[in-house]
Amino acid sequence: MARFKRKGKGRLPGISTASLPDIIFMLLFFFMVTTVMRETTLIVKVKVPDATEVQKLERKSLVSYIYIGPPLRSQIFGTESRIQLNDRFASVSEIQNFIVAEREARDEADRGLLTASLKVDQETKMGIVTDVKQELRRIGAFRINYSTRRRIDK
Amino acid sequence: MARPVNEINAGSMADIAFLLLIFFLVTTTMDVDSGIIRRLPPPPDPTVKPPDIKERNVINVLVNSRDALLVERQPSDIKTLRRQMHDIIANFSNREDWPEKRLETIEHLGEVWVSRGIVSLKNDRGTSYNMYIQVQNELTSAFNDLRNEMAMEKFGLRYSQLPNEWKEAVNKAVPVAISEAEPEDVGGK
Repeated sequence: MARFKRKGKGRLPGISTASLPDIIFMLLFFFMVTTVMRETTLIVKVKVPDATEVQKLERKSLVSYIYIGPPLRSQIFGTESRIQLNDRFASVSEIQNFIVAEREARDEADRGLLTASLKVDQETKMGIVTDVKQELRRIGAFRINYSTRRRIDK
Repeated sequence: MARPVNEINAGSMADIAFLLLIFFLVTTTMDVDSGIIRRLPPPPDPTVKPPDIKERNVINVLVNSRDALLVERQPSDIKTLRRQMHDIIANFSNREDWPEKRLETIEHLGEVWVSRGIVSLKNDRGTSYNMYIQVQNELTSAFNDLRNEMAMEKFGLRYSQLPNEWKEAVNKAVPVAISEAEPEDVGGK
């Protein structure tokens, strides 16, 4: 018969928790490095469509976001898709000023590389998107990105 | 006998680290922004005549306000669009009404047939954005398929595995030619 050893007289040393902070710090640094602070609060609903042929956007600092979608507070603002720039609703005519301001905020050398990322809700009609694209063309912001989620086929 | 060493109690350090960790966990957004990257054409210059492009080289793709597709005046389906575009652009069967090809000498590749086809994508104001992106996606994948085939044939590798120099050569052989037509006001919202 197996015998269990009684706890001896010798004091059981407590498990050292000294390495616990190290593990937590490791996690902490991971999140600190990968984190991107949300700079805008969305006031429009944006559920971007899926696509398979997506590319990653390089250099996040050179991306300006234009959100288009139905307002979250539809009781007040209706359900028609609207444009959000920074933290408020905007009209199509404000796009040009927005791009100019975004360019001003970047280094002179990088201004030509500014990419406008269109985060558009999938239910939106193309009319408003076309208007935005026309405005972008007029101001010379030719690099655009249709923001999509990656879908894996098959 | 070894004297028990007085350890500094580091247990509370974990608590502090946890606090910070939770803060970053909450504020973090892991989504990497990705999407379909396109270059818009500059606005049309009224003084410059648009370049003459042969009718057969323009592949018309229309999406109407009911999200229905028309490719080269024939109704089409999103599911078959990829294959269809691939065949039209490459024009293996040398059809008269599909884009012409020109034999070009490209570094690393030698002599290859380069299609002169341009996809002209036209949408209605009432087209849903989702459908538009799906069409864009299928068009892109048709071009990517062609690039993959070229890479396989010439180097025996997938396009994504090629070194940059070879990639550029393949890009030259299979340029992504998608033109978005000037919007026209039809159909309404």
